[in-house]
Amino acid sequence: MSQLLASAPALPLGHAGKFVAAAYIVVFVIVLVYVAIMAIRAQRIERDLDQLQRDVEAARAGSERDSERSGSLL
Amino acid sequence: MRSTTYGRGLRSLSLLTVLFIAAALVMVFFYAPLDAEQGFVQKIFYIHVPLAIVSLCGFVFGGLMAIGYLRTGDRAWDMRSYVAIHMALIFGIGGLISGSIWAKASWGHWWVWNEPTLVSFLIVILLFCTYQPLRFSIEDPERQARYASVFAITCGAFVPLNFIAVSQATQFVHPRVLTLTGAHLPPAMGVTFLVSMIGITLLYATLWKYEMAAKNARSQLRRLRRTLLGEDLDRPYGRSAAPL
Repeated sequence: MSQLLASAPALPLGHAGKFVAAAYIVVFVIVLVYVAIMAIRAQRIERDLDQLQRDVEAARAGSERDSERSGSLL
Repeated sequence: MRSTTYGRGLRSLSLLTVLFIAAALVMVFFYAPLDAEQGFVQKIFYIHVPLAIVSLCGFVFGGLMAIGYLRTGDRAWDMRSYVAIHMALIFGIGGLISGSIWAKASWGHWWVWNEPTLVSFLIVILLFCTYQPLRFSIEDPERQARYASVFAITCGAFVPLNFIAVSQATQFVHPRVLTLTGAHLPPAMGVTFLVSMIGITLLYATLWKYEMAAKNARSQLRRLRRTLLGEDLDRPYGRSAAPL
């Protein structure tokens, strides 16, 4: 890689340099924003999963209480 | 909706994407020769053209997935079609902006209205911009999926027809590097373009899989919650453009 870079010619940026940089940066930013949105969505899924876990535990505790109560009544 | 693991193979696909995009960037700036006519500004070609091609192929892919929905009635196909079009639209906007930057550097104008390639691409993008509002306007999930599928197939079929019509146009100022008879590029530029093309295609595939995995996980979570609460699984969740 370092040999490749060493043998590579210097970039003749000139007038076009800012346009080329802008085109690549715009695409990079679009992808970055999209990935950031995906990360936020993943966090929301994690939150929902936690909530679901709490709901399941609450439901399980409720059914255990019910079965204990019915056992003591018998 | 059938339970599918879209996350399978995602890590290796992501690594492959990063590898190809990194290789493409190195090749674009340090391997591909400068264009004799355009000079350094031609480097935009390696990002703009793959984005535009992958975007158009994404729309066609969305149409093919929509055929799957109309044939089977399985909502998973509708989800695949929705995500394919959603991703293609993002790539298309990227292609449009990068192309506009190239036009400014090369022609001195951000946009040229009498150029068939540019205007036809804009029409395709605007056409698919109406896909989301169309979905959002229909509350019933079955009708939404059916109408959206018909839209995706019709517009997906329009993409290649549009491409052929534009390639037959005689007057254009937009460079004609890739034609129906092949690519007219020197070997070093051709290889660089190929690597860029593969990199962008892999990026599309990776993001599509990520989005599908996220939507699938969210959908399964909702169904689990409804099952737990004893709610009706077929009852709509409310108005949404995305398949739920």
